[in-house]
Amino acid sequence: MGEITVEDKAVAVPGELLAKGMDCIPSYGTYREGENVYSSRLGLVNVSGKVIKIIPLTGVYNPKRGDTIIGRVIDVLVSGWRVELNSAYSGMLSLKDGTSEFVARGADLTKYYNLGDYIMVSVSNVTSQKLVDLSMRGPGLRKLSGGQILKVNPNKVPRVIGKHGSMVSMIKNATNSKILVGQNGLIWLNAEPKDEVIARNAINMIAENSHISGLTEKVKSFLEEVTGKKVEIVERPENEGNDDNGENSHDNSHGNNHGERNYDRPRRNFDRNSDRPGNRNR
Amino acid sequence: MNEDNRTHLLNSLKQGIRADGRSPEEYRDVTIETDVVANAEGSARVRIGDTEVIAGVKMAIETPYPDTPDQGNFMVNVELLPMSNPEFESGPPSIDAIELARVTDRGIRESKAIDTKRLCIEEGKHAWGVIVDICPINAAGNLFDAASIAALAALKNTKLPETDKIDDRLIVNYKKKTDESLPLTKLPIAITINKIEGFLLVDPTSAEEKAVDTRLTVASMDNGELCALQKGGNGPFTVEEIEQMIDLGISTAAEIRKKL
Repeated sequence: MGEITVEDKAVAVPGELLAKGMDCIPSYGTYREGENVYSSRLGLVNVSGKVIKIIPLTGVYNPKRGDTIIGRVIDVLVSGWRVELNSAYSGMLSLKDGTSEFVARGADLTKYYNLGDYIMVSVSNVTSQKLVDLSMRGPGLRKLSGGQILKVNPNKVPRVIGKHGSMVSMIKNATNSKILVGQNGLIWLNAEPKDEVIARNAINMIAENSHISGLTEKVKSFLEEVTGKKVEIVERPENEGNDDNGENSHDNSHGNNHGERNYDRPRRNFDRNSDRPGNRNR
Repeated sequence: MNEDNRTHLLNSLKQGIRADGRSPEEYRDVTIETDVVANAEGSARVRIGDTEVIAGVKMAIETPYPDTPDQGNFMVNVELLPMSNPEFESGPPSIDAIELARVTDRGIRESKAIDTKRLCIEEGKHAWGVIVDICPINAAGNLFDAASIAALAALKNTKLPETDKIDDRLIVNYKKKTDESLPLTKLPIAITINKIEGFLLVDPTSAEEKAVDTRLTVASMDNGELCALQKGGNGPFTVEEIEQMIDLGISTAAEIRKKL
C-alpha cells in the first residue's frame, strides 16, 4: 500500500520524495523512479486522491502542443517566419499555416508579418528535439496591432486568467480594454492610455500576489478604488467557451484549458514525429 | 519596436501618460546602497525601478603618464553582462558598452570632481589610479543614469588601501583600508533626456528606449553648473529643446543627489 509523504499545498523542491508505492500516480512536475514519486519542479504540492502534481512557482515557459501563445517575429524566411516565444526554443510558422490567402511565388512575406510584429499563435506540434511548429489556424489567432506587450511569469498565467476567465474579464470590463493572455507569459494590452495603466497595474498585482487566497476580491476592490466604478466578478459557466466569437471566448477558453489540463490523470504527450522512420532518437 | 507599438506609445505620450503610468518627467524609484562588494575599495548598488547596476572602485599604484607626471589616473569600464538583458552578448565590449563607459567617464572627469593632483604620491614615479568597474545586474532601461549614479556613489564610498614601501617600490596592501577617502570635491550626476518625436522624457524603460530617436546626456554638478553634454541617436534638436533638456537634467540631478 502506497503512502504520500508530503502534505497538500506544501512547497516541494526538485528531487524531493513525494510518495512511495506504485498506486500513487505521478502527474505534472513529478516523476517516478523505482517505486517512488519525486518532484521535478519547485512548487506547491497538489494531491487529489492518488494523483500527485506540482504547481510550479517559477520556471520558464516550455512550449506544449495546443497552447495559445504570443510570439514576436524575429526572422522572415523563404517560406515562413521564425517566432520568438519567451522560451528557450523559438517556433516556426510556416507559410501554409500562417495565412489562408494565396501567396504567389516570390511574394514579399513581410506584408503578412514583419520583423518585430507580435502575433497570437497556437502551438501545433513540438517534436522530441523541441522544434516548435506554430499555426495561425484557430479562432482569434492574428497579428496584434497597436497596444503594448506585458511580461509575467508564465506560471502565473492561470491566475491572471482566473477561474473560467473571471479575472481577466473583470479587468477588461472595469478598464474597457482589450487583453489577450498567452500561455507563455506575454500579455497584449490595448486601451485608452489611462485605462491601460490601470489594467497593467492590476495584472502586475495579480502576478505579484498570485499565492494569496481571495485574490479576485482584492483585485476587485483595487479596480473599484482606481476607477471609482462598481466592478462585477463575472464567472462563466463551465461549458461555455469556444462557441462565441471574438477575443473574450478566446482567452477565457484557455483559462479553462489550463485549469483542467494535467488535472485528473497523468497525460501522456504523444509525439507525432516519433513514429517516423527517420527519427531514431528513441 | 515595431511601428504599431510605437504609434501606440506616442498616442499615450500625447496625453502625457507613459506605459507604466508615469508622467514624462517622472523618475522611477531610486535606491542607492553602498559598500556592497567586499573586495573593492568602494562600491555601490543602484536600483532605478527594475534596473540594477553595481559599481566597484579599485585603487592601483601606477607610474604617471609622462605628460602629467604630477597627476593620478581615472578610468571607467563598463561590461554589459548577458545575464542582465537577453540582447547583450558576451565577448569584447560592444559599441554600447564603450559609449556608456565614455559618457560616465566624461561626466566625472570634466567636472574635475576628482582632484587628480592629490592622487600623486611621488611625482613621475607613483600615483594612484582609480578604476571604476560598472556591471549591470538587470538592464531594464536607463543604464546611462544608473551607471553615472553608481559610479559617483562608489567613488564617494571609496577608502584608500594601505601601502608598504619596500626599497623603491610601493606595494598596496588591499586587506587593510585607511580612513582616507578619495579627493572628491564635487558630485557630478549625468541625466539622460530622451526625445521621441518632440516629446522629452527621463528614465526610459527598455521598451521606451527602443522608440527613442535622440538623446542628450546632461551632466551637472551640485552648484547647478554643467560639466558635460553628450548627444546620441539620430535626429536634430531645436535650441529650445536643448535648453529645456538642460533644465530638466539639472533639476532631476538635484533630486537624485539628495539620495547620495
